[in-house]
Amino acid sequence: MIKKVLKNTPKLKSGLAQMLKGGVIMDVTNAKQAKIAEQAGAVAVMALERVPSDIRAQGGVARMSDPKMIKEIMKTVSIPVMAKVRIGHFVEAQILEALGVDYIDESEVLTPADEQYHVDKSKFKVPFVCGCRNLGEALRRINEGAAMIRTKGEAGTGNVVEAVRHVRAVKDEIAALKGAGKELIAKKAKEMRVPVALVEYVSKNQKLPVVNFAAGGLATPADAAMMMQMGCDGVFVGSGIFKSSDPLKRAKAIVEAVLHFNDANVLARVSEGLGEPMKSLEISKLTDLYAKRGN
Amino acid sequence: MLIGVLDIQGSVEEHAMMLEKCGAEVIFVKTVPDLENIRGLIMPGGESTHISMMLNTGGLFDAIKKKIKSGMAIYGTCAGAILLAKKILGDDGAIKVKSFDVIDAEIERNAYGRQTDSFEVDVEIPALGKNAGGKSNATNKKVRNFSAIFIRAPKIKSVGKNVKILAKYKDEIVMAEGKFGNAQKNNILISTFHPELTNDTRAHEYFLKMAS
Repeated sequence: MIKKVLKNTPKLKSGLAQMLKGGVIMDVTNAKQAKIAEQAGAVAVMALERVPSDIRAQGGVARMSDPKMIKEIMKTVSIPVMAKVRIGHFVEAQILEALGVDYIDESEVLTPADEQYHVDKSKFKVPFVCGCRNLGEALRRINEGAAMIRTKGEAGTGNVVEAVRHVRAVKDEIAALKGAGKELIAKKAKEMRVPVALVEYVSKNQKLPVVNFAAGGLATPADAAMMMQMGCDGVFVGSGIFKSSDPLKRAKAIVEAVLHFNDANVLARVSEGLGEPMKSLEISKLTDLYAKRGN
Repeated sequence: MLIGVLDIQGSVEEHAMMLEKCGAEVIFVKTVPDLENIRGLIMPGGESTHISMMLNTGGLFDAIKKKIKSGMAIYGTCAGAILLAKKILGDDGAIKVKSFDVIDAEIERNAYGRQTDSFEVDVEIPALGKNAGGKSNATNKKVRNFSAIFIRAPKIKSVGKNVKILAKYKDEIVMAEGKFGNAQKNNILISTFHPELTNDTRAHEYFLKMAS
């Protein structure tokens, strides 16, 4: 009897995200940083040429990274490697798939390539993670095939306030669907432009059908633990680690904070003497808000 | 019966839900005192580098090893299986995974490749019997296959003669059991696939029998 082997199914795609739960995914720009991230206990790395704070500082169009650099990182570490494509840029996604990255982040941190459509993620073998500000964005991305969701936050600022806002928005909107009748579910599905079945799932299970991480502006162990206490499954830290004065120490501290997010004694210990955090930005003074990109 | 699920990282909740479905009481194990009253422990799938590192920061590693020596049952899935094996191969990255060394098996990390090489396939596991998820399959005389989910999975390259092979896919061993320490019967269970991502509780029921 020949047994059917299934590959790249939704279960396998969201399954990898389930294996990352309780972990920290770190932005890295070269093999050396990737090694430091792995040593610090990252569960995966995000390979990109410029971290969000540099993209903000330097301006210009931010695109997919050089495949050479992504390949070097893939060779260097044994943990999963993710990489970013511009919103809607399906050819960048095809290239990353050809490289064999483990996850693609269709990210608002890069300059959007399509203002109307996101990538049709269900067509790809590689799983996708996408950002959201609210439940509607989360469900639209899942409906397009995203196998993992993260908050958008406001990347590159070192300010957690937007990530907090987005986590609360998703949570509150999910709670508001509790015990919803058919009419409310149909209305919400129409408002959010997603199938009724997705809204029904959220109403019944009181959670998203995929893993949900926090991202955008996290800079300290306390930021990471706060997101975990608010119910996130794990965290992404972008500029927060390698733009700080002691990346390895800070990375380790954030990893430990995510593990013991409910233990204030541990949090106090790991927060001690971390040196300077990344240079932060006041969001009200920014002219370009990444979180507004793609909805 | 109280069963612990190692709560460092990975598919922790998924294992806890399966155990509860099987009628076990579950405690999440994050620190040494959580181990006190458990009869068995599951080490979930996740990233073995990270789990290994965290096991060695708060004294959990030594405390768990002591419990296994005294006969406690332990089940490792995927990353968890790596942590139990005598020898870990393909471990040439920056991080060395420290193994409990409680089952005579050689296991290679990420041996099938990257995420796009992950796969699902039905495997025959006669030891698990034919009941699935509490639903009676009594009319079906044949043993029902187990839907095995392999995600960036390791490969069990070889096992010692005292290790019992429970399932194979092609020529690869994907599930096995052995004995360590003062246990009266087999107390170490490993699988390279993820039963916690299915609705089939048979693997967890099997482990509970081991722990009882």
